[in-house]
Amino acid sequence: MAIEVRIPTILRSYTSGAKSVEGSGGSLSELLKDLDGRHPGLRGRLVTEEGGLHRFVNVYVNDEDVRFTGALDTTLNDGDSVTILPAVAGGAR
Amino acid sequence: MTRFDSLLDACGGTPLVGLPRLSPAPDVRLWAKLEDRNPTGSVKDRAALYMVRAAEEAGTLRPGDTILEPTSGNTGIALAMVAKLRGYRLVCVMPENTSVERRQILTMYGAEIISSPAAGGSNQAVAMAKDLAAEHPDWVMLFQYGNEANARAHYETTGPELLRDLPDVTHFVAGLGTTGTLMGTGRYLRDKKPDVQVVAAEPRYGELVYGLRNIDEGYVPELYDATVLTRRFSVGTRDALLRTRQLMEVEGIFAGPSTGAVLHAALAVAHQARKAGQSANVAFVVADGGWKYLSTGAYSGTLAEAESQLEGQLWA
Repeated sequence: MAIEVRIPTILRSYTSGAKSVEGSGGSLSELLKDLDGRHPGLRGRLVTEEGGLHRFVNVYVNDEDVRFTGALDTTLNDGDSVTILPAVAGGAR
Repeated sequence: MTRFDSLLDACGGTPLVGLPRLSPAPDVRLWAKLEDRNPTGSVKDRAALYMVRAAEEAGTLRPGDTILEPTSGNTGIALAMVAKLRGYRLVCVMPENTSVERRQILTMYGAEIISSPAAGGSNQAVAMAKDLAAEHPDWVMLFQYGNEANARAHYETTGPELLRDLPDVTHFVAGLGTTGTLMGTGRYLRDKKPDVQVVAAEPRYGELVYGLRNIDEGYVPELYDATVLTRRFSVGTRDALLRTRQLMEVEGIFAGPSTGAVLHAALAVAHQARKAGQSANVAFVVADGGWKYLSTGAYSGTLAEAESQLEGQLWA
């Protein structure tokens, strides 16, 4: 039972430099709580005090943006891949 | 009509072509909107022309003025052409890790280039351009990320063209950068066909591109309105390159790497529709051709070699 979570460079101070970590949970919200147990502070960089995703953070489950799939309530299954990325202006525009 | 008074008048009106070999089923079809068939070879001609015209009509842009814009490619080239033909000077702020072809084309058009550090990506180019605008109040920054004329170009041209050519469109898929294409076309299609799905494909680059110091330095374009979108995918370099090559091998379309990312998302929704037993007409945007990216290594060697060549580059 594991979900792979890819951590962006700027948040690796919370994962001892690890590019990816494993966690578990039936929803994104549960996964982030699980991760925060082993990587204290990580959740606080992703979730605001009001309980929503930080404006400049994008989280993808199997490459799909969770803001369109239920946000923190997005369902997770064993083997899913979660990617966390900071919002950037994009490339060749 | 195929005769025009000038190059500027030849903007838009691009072909929509079916992809019979990549379409998953006879009733689940993929359609490519060939935006490389614009005057400077990209979808950005539409936005550039609209933004310049809007500034001219508002009286903020007058003959001989200097236009300033953060751009790492297509918008700069499109603006350089429009500026050349309408008598403006153009200054582009672009990250240094963009392809040599883009710099050469901009220079040939007479544009001036100010480089921003590679590590800061487009975010830093945007920030530098905002600083320059403050230092030079007489320069005119059109600012594609927040200029309503960018999205309006697609509301008034791309959207109507698409609906005219494909009245039973079910999905519209395009790349997400300034968000102008998706916001404008998406809004138009939704106004006319509320059930249409608007799908964004966002390029996911190598780590270097995300080298921000702090999450709070992130940036969401002012034009972006999440309610216009149905779904949003992040597509990595390898998937984008794989699809770019597949599009060329299977359907003969030589597109830039960002189109590969868009095709990847288009195929995902098309296959989901087929699995669900639904019929679908999935239209997607070919933002530009592959010519400007030959030097990046995207089209030579194995997929793994190309992927490693593109690490740290802004390929879309």
